[in-house]
Amino acid sequence: MIGVISYLVFFTTVAAILSIAVLGLNLQWGNTGLFNGGVVASFGAGAYGTLILGGAPQESHFGGFGLAYPLALLGGMIFAGLLAWVVGVLTLRLRHDYLAIATFGVAVAFENVARNAIWLTGGAQGVRGFERPLRAELGDGFLYNLIFLVAVLIALWLVFLFLQRLTVSPFGRMLRAIREDETAARSLGKAPDRVRLTAFVTGSVIMGLSGGLYGTFYAFISPQDVLPILTFQIWAMLIVGGAGNNAGAIFGTFLIWGAWTFSGWALARFAPIEAQLYTGSIQFVLIGFVIVGMLLWRPQGLFPERLVVSQPGANRDKPQAEGLT
Amino acid sequence: MGQAVAEPILTTHALSKSFGALKAVDGVSLSIRKGSITGLIGPNGAGKSTLFNLVTGEIVPGEGRVELLGEDITTLSPDRRFAKGLGRTFQIPRPFKRMSVLENVMLAPLDQSGESLWGSVLGRRNMWRQEAAIRERALEILDFVTLGPLADHPAGKISGGQMKLLELARVLMGNPELILLDEPAAGVNPALTETLIEKIEELNRGGTTFLIIEHDMDFVMRHCDPVIALAEGRVVFEGSAVEAQANTVLLDAYLGAPLDA
Repeated sequence: MIGVISYLVFFTTVAAILSIAVLGLNLQWGNTGLFNGGVVASFGAGAYGTLILGGAPQESHFGGFGLAYPLALLGGMIFAGLLAWVVGVLTLRLRHDYLAIATFGVAVAFENVARNAIWLTGGAQGVRGFERPLRAELGDGFLYNLIFLVAVLIALWLVFLFLQRLTVSPFGRMLRAIREDETAARSLGKAPDRVRLTAFVTGSVIMGLSGGLYGTFYAFISPQDVLPILTFQIWAMLIVGGAGNNAGAIFGTFLIWGAWTFSGWALARFAPIEAQLYTGSIQFVLIGFVIVGMLLWRPQGLFPERLVVSQPGANRDKPQAEGLT
Repeated sequence: MGQAVAEPILTTHALSKSFGALKAVDGVSLSIRKGSITGLIGPNGAGKSTLFNLVTGEIVPGEGRVELLGEDITTLSPDRRFAKGLGRTFQIPRPFKRMSVLENVMLAPLDQSGESLWGSVLGRRNMWRQEAAIRERALEILDFVTLGPLADHPAGKISGGQMKLLELARVLMGNPELILLDEPAAGVNPALTETLIEKIEELNRGGTTFLIIEHDMDFVMRHCDPVIALAEGRVVFEGSAVEAQANTVLLDAYLGAPLDA
C-alpha cells in the first residue's frame, strides 16, 4: 500500500512539474499563437541554471556557487528568460513553421552544448553536487517527497492563477487579438512585436521554473533530460488538453503523462521479449500518433479554449462579478 | 484647389512607392483639409490602396514624406500612428473573429494599465476600474453605430456590413482626428450604408476628418468634398465634387462611365 501511495506521490510530482511547462507553452501557443518547437531549451536552461547556481563546488565542471535554493531557482528562471529573450529578438518575426524550425534548432543546439561543453555542464555525466533543499532537516524518505509534492502543487497553483488573471485581462485580450490578426491589432495601436516577445519570454520563464523544479526533484540534470522528445510530449499534453485553456492544459498533462507511464509499464510487462528493446521507440511512435490523431479529429483539444472569456456586455447595469475580486 | 483654405490635417510630399518596375504611387503630394470628408477615387490599380497603406504606415515609402498635423510621421509604425490620432478601416473587414463584438471594441483604447504584464496581474484594482470605464464607453459607441444588441456576439458571426460598422466603432475608441475608410460601402446592404453615412456625417460635424476610398460614385459625389482622383499612381484631379462631376475628361477617362446624377 505504501508502495502505491509512494508511487502516486512520485507520479503526481512529475506530472505537476510538467504541467507548469505545459502552461508556459499554453501562454505562447494557446494564447499568443507562437509555435515554440524548442520548449526543452527553456526547460533545460531552468534546470541547468538552478543546479549550477545551487550546487556545491565541483572539480569537474563550472559552477557550484552554493546559492540559497530560492535564489538558485530564480536564477534558473532568469537564465531561461534571458535565453528566450535573445532567441525571441532574433526569431519572433518569423511565422509559424519557420519559428518552429528555428526554435527547434535552438533546443538541439542547447542539448549539444550541454553534452559537449564538459567544463560548463559536466557533459554527458550531467551536473553533480546539487543537494535537494532541506534534505538535512527532512531526510530522503517519503516525508520529503510528500512535502516536495506540496511545494510543487503550490507552484503550479500560483502559475495557474497568474495565467488565469493574465487571460481575462486587457493583456490577454491583446494577445488573442494579435494571434488572430496582427495587421488589425497594429492598426488599433497595439505593438505586436513587443507583445509577442513579452509573451514568449514569460512563457519561457515559466518553463524554466518547471525545469528548475524537475532538476531539484532528481537533484540531477543531464543531456538525456533535454532531448527533443520532451518538447513533443509537452506539445502532446497541450494539444490533447486544449490549447488556450489553462485547466485543460493541466488535465492534458496528467492524462498524457499517465498514458506514457502506463504504456511503458504495459510494454515492459506484456510485449514479447524481442520487442522490449524497442519500448522507448514504440512510446515515441505512440506520442506521434496521439498528436496526429488529435489534430485530425479534435484539433481544439478535450477542453477547447473558451472563446470570449472576458467582459460580457449583456448585463449592462450589473458590475462585473469577476472584476471585483 | 477651389476650397477655402483651412489647416491641413494630413499632407504628403512627393510620396512614391514602387513594387519592382511598377510605380504604384508616383510623387503624390496631397493636402487633406481638416474637418473635410475627402473622397479618393480612381480606377483599379490607380494606387489608392497603396497610398492608404503609405499613410497608415503598413508600407514604407520609397521616397517622400507624410505629415500628420504638421508632424513628420513617415517612419512611424501603424500602431504609433493610431496613437497620434490616425485611424483606419480595411477594404475587407478584419474583425477579431473569435472575440466578441464588445471585446473587439474594448481592445482599442490606448494606454490601458492592464495591457502590461504586471499591471494585469498586480494592479488589478486599477485595471478593473479602467475596464469598467472602457466597457461603458465601448457600449456607448456600439450603440452609436447601432451594434449595441450584438455586443456579446462573436465578431466572426455578424454580417459584412456590420463588420464595417464594428471597424468604425473600434477606431472611434482611439478618439482619432482623422479616419481613413477603405471602401466603406462595398458589399454592404443599402440600409447599413445609410447608417454608416449618417454616422460618418455626425462624426464629421463633431470635427472628425475623413479620407474615404470609394468606388460607388454616387456615394462619393453625394458625401465627399473635395474629391481627389488618382490614376497610374499620380493625382489627376483635385477639386470639389461639383467640379469633379463637371469634369467629363475625368469621368470618361478614369471612371469609365458618365454619371447620371
